[in-house]
Amino acid sequence: MKRKLSLVLVITMVLSLALTGCGNQPQAPAAPAAPEEIKIGSVFPVTGAIATFGQSSLNGTQLAFEEINNAGGVLGGRKLVLINEDNQSKTEETATAFQKLITQDEVSAILGSVASSHSLAGAPIAQAAGIPMLSPTSTNPRVTEVGDFIFRACFIDPFQGQVMAKFALETLGVTTAAMLVEQDSDYSKGLAEYFRKAFEAGGGTIVAEEGYKSTDTDFSTILTRVKATNPAVVFVPAYYGTVGPILRQAQAAEIDAVFLGGDGWDSDKLFELAGDAANGGFFSNHYSPDAGTPEVDAFLAAYQAKFNSVPDALAALAYDAAYMLAQAIDEAGSVEGAAIRDALAAISFTGVSGTVVFDENRNPVKSAVIIEIRDGKQVYKATVNP
Amino acid sequence: MTITQQILQQLINGISLGSVYALMALGYTMVYGIIKLINFAHGEVFMIGAFVGFFSITKLDMGFFPAMFTAMIFCAILGVLMERLAYKPLRNAHRVAALMTAVGLSMLFQNLALAHSWIGASAKGFPQVFPLRKFELMENVTISSDRILMLVIAIFLMIALQFIVHKTLMGKAMRAVSLDKDAARLMGINVDKTISFTFALGSSLAAAAGVLFALNYGIVVYQMGLLPGLKAFVAAVLGGIGIIPGAMVGGLLLGVTESAVSAAGGSMFRDAVAFAALIIMLLVKPTGLFGKNVREKV
Repeated sequence: MKRKLSLVLVITMVLSLALTGCGNQPQAPAAPAAPEEIKIGSVFPVTGAIATFGQSSLNGTQLAFEEINNAGGVLGGRKLVLINEDNQSKTEETATAFQKLITQDEVSAILGSVASSHSLAGAPIAQAAGIPMLSPTSTNPRVTEVGDFIFRACFIDPFQGQVMAKFALETLGVTTAAMLVEQDSDYSKGLAEYFRKAFEAGGGTIVAEEGYKSTDTDFSTILTRVKATNPAVVFVPAYYGTVGPILRQAQAAEIDAVFLGGDGWDSDKLFELAGDAANGGFFSNHYSPDAGTPEVDAFLAAYQAKFNSVPDALAALAYDAAYMLAQAIDEAGSVEGAAIRDALAAISFTGVSGTVVFDENRNPVKSAVIIEIRDGKQVYKATVNP
Repeated sequence: MTITQQILQQLINGISLGSVYALMALGYTMVYGIIKLINFAHGEVFMIGAFVGFFSITKLDMGFFPAMFTAMIFCAILGVLMERLAYKPLRNAHRVAALMTAVGLSMLFQNLALAHSWIGASAKGFPQVFPLRKFELMENVTISSDRILMLVIAIFLMIALQFIVHKTLMGKAMRAVSLDKDAARLMGINVDKTISFTFALGSSLAAAAGVLFALNYGIVVYQMGLLPGLKAFVAAVLGGIGIIPGAMVGGLLLGVTESAVSAAGGSMFRDAVAFAALIIMLLVKPTGLFGKNVREKV
């Protein structure tokens, strides 16, 4: 009797696999008596320099998991359990967090990390262990180049740098730009590199490039140097923690330029740190709550009901990444690493931040939005397609 | 901007930064002068001072000056407690023991700040308490009202310190203890009280520096004391550790040097140059710039 039951279960599983179009899976898992929970790890920094990023990512993931579990889980009733390791916004803690998730918690897949530098520290560990890693927000191209188990849910730095260069050249109509680059951040250097390429290719000139470190607090000397070159725009691809003081000190130094940035600007803390100096700036982002698609509206309502705040792009991408992973597990019909990897690579997914298919480097092809900062608020400006 | 304008503007940037280093270096140098201890927790006193100022303004709705005064008093008490609880029991121990205690205290304060729910890890924006006004010294060379305020307060505090050290009885006791602790005790000077007073004075200057720094650079964060603390130590050594005017000059010199390096395009080397200056000074003239000429030590 028992054998018969399990045979029926196996047949249903195989059938469901065939129906979802993912028949490349050789063996279906043995059906458990009670549906076993699926452990998913995440490495989001809920303390440290980019704590608001980590918290938003965690919120987005938790919301998605809750919704998925309430709707019956994955693989026919198995629940997703999230284990978050806080890497304290530190690169060295990230490697430890990945090790722990893989060896101690034995997770099936890892969501994270947030910053590109952190993901780059964790990716080789996930790759070596054959555990699929899906970073919601690491935009540096090198992250997915680590190996075929590494994916991301966001567009990459070249695209973001190009979008801002194109925006400066075409929408703002300027031809001179200065760049302030955080030298100990892969994210900042990546954006700057591609901004320069696209800006110069479009006929613009980079009149100054100044470096600083993420621990610096005095930017007055490099800002004086920037001021001396009289640029029309200043590109500051960094996270809000350093962008805030830079904008404030730029205001004190009377720099008459439009400040541009990337998705690292996306935090309410920016207004707290920069005050009214943030007004008039533009940055590229993954999603805007004002975009008005049904996915965005549903996500907004659910997020606000649970966390009582407007979700930022980090939350949106983490939410998308969680759903993407769940869809991949369902399509793989298994929690085995290679199966999830193959399912992710072949996925076609529509979420809050747009429609995602992966290119051959496991980078999503999707659109970006430009946000303007006006009166201490983020205002949707435009959508830019790849 | 012409080259002259740039140089002048960068000089202003350097002097502003230097005045913060100078205020902090005074605390290092006074403590060293009196008990031969490099108080590595001094940078954290700076950070705590900045946070006390920050919370006095944001949570208690104080004005800027009362907030700065509160921070100075708070840190003066903190300095005394630090000395009484951590350093005094080690006064006759090996000097390395006291030094390691100082390093430990520094980490303790940083981590307490990190763990405290009011402070935490993320940076906070210091409120723009005064409307931003700028004064044009010449075309393209400006100084903001906040910077003028910082310089004026720094100079005022340094003059006040000179007055305390040279014109008051307590100052005389400080100088005596720094010259010879045992002889001073024989002369009826309360050595413990004098050392406590020195810590209070140095810590309150660090607190003032912290609040001024936060006002000008717009940020308070738990690790803000680390680098300025080390730089102030370099400044104290540059000027000649234990010598008060040396700390002031060393601080300004270091601030201007750092800005000059950055202004010449070496913004990534500013910290390296600051610490290279320390090594060179120790090799060439270990007693510091003022090491020989001024014998008076506090």
